[in-house]
Amino acid sequence: MAGLTGRMSTVVKAKVSKLLDRAEDPAETLDYSYQKQVEQLQNVKKGIADVVTAKKRLQMQETSLQKSVVKLDTQARQAVAAGQEDLARTALERKNVAQTELQGLDTQVTELEEQQQRLTDSEQKLRAKIEAFRTKKEVIKAQYSAAEAQVRISEAATGVGEQMADVGLAMQRAVDKTENMKARADAVSELESAGTFDDVTALGSGEDDIDRQLKQLSSQPAVDDELAKMKSELGAGGAAPQLAEQNEAAPEPAAADAGEQPSQGGAA
Amino acid sequence: MIVRISGEDQYELADGDAERLNELEKNVVTIVEGGEETRFGDAYNALLDYVRTNGTRVGDDQIENSQVILPPSDLTFAEAGKEFTGEGLIPD
Repeated sequence: MAGLTGRMSTVVKAKVSKLLDRAEDPAETLDYSYQKQVEQLQNVKKGIADVVTAKKRLQMQETSLQKSVVKLDTQARQAVAAGQEDLARTALERKNVAQTELQGLDTQVTELEEQQQRLTDSEQKLRAKIEAFRTKKEVIKAQYSAAEAQVRISEAATGVGEQMADVGLAMQRAVDKTENMKARADAVSELESAGTFDDVTALGSGEDDIDRQLKQLSSQPAVDDELAKMKSELGAGGAAPQLAEQNEAAPEPAAADAGEQPSQGGAA
Repeated sequence: MIVRISGEDQYELADGDAERLNELEKNVVTIVEGGEETRFGDAYNALLDYVRTNGTRVGDDQIENSQVILPPSDLTFAEAGKEFTGEGLIPD
């Protein structure tokens, strides 16, 4: 097979033989391989621990962002009720950015969980192979002449070597992915420490740097939609019951102030 | 013929399966070379599924050498491209 699988197979085989070539007599091959196998198991365990740590960090950020979303939503509603549309918009922009980050984190936590599962499975498989190897080498030593034993042992060692190479690849991929996740977690931390998800009521008047950046980060159509929806909900639920009626029936030429609300709501 | 799906298992396939396996792989290669990213996932999964469905899983306590090693199922389109240009999933 050429292309995709050909190269993969060739590289793995080269790795395995490099791993085993260092030892010359079978006993040495056995000892060396076995020692390598045990080391590799330790590495895998460390790899799993790293993945779990990265995952926990992302999950903590998720929890904190979820709280921000709830808080900013409440503040936006309060601002709408108080007629402070600018403040409501700012809160919704922040909420929008927080929600986008949350979705990203969610995907990545799932991905890390998959990596964790893969590594755990790989570890179990390697452990089983090592165990089989340990039994097999004793059987081979007892049953065959030295020359034949050497051949059989090196075959078995190659088989276990292949499994080790495979676990090595799974580890490398997990490490790469974990690094990417760290980058994402750092980006969220930066947004957090810049005050992106802070209380909007703490804001002074006027737009600051954060707000200008948020305008770029957040999806303005989504913010417009949500603001309109909030306004119509609050309008319908509370102060203006005649407005609710009009939304449903719609034919009456109602009061001038009520006339504005549905047209904005309707644009959503 | 023993085929390993990296990150999963080894499977024993009948020698007669090699032809179909080659066809499925060629299809993936064509797609990657043609830059058809949207078709890549399905085509690559078809190759892996063929192995999983038609092969018999080698037990974890059996020590076998693989004739063919397939990259893991989470191989990305970009990574597949690197396999061809020689950069590879595994550095030499």
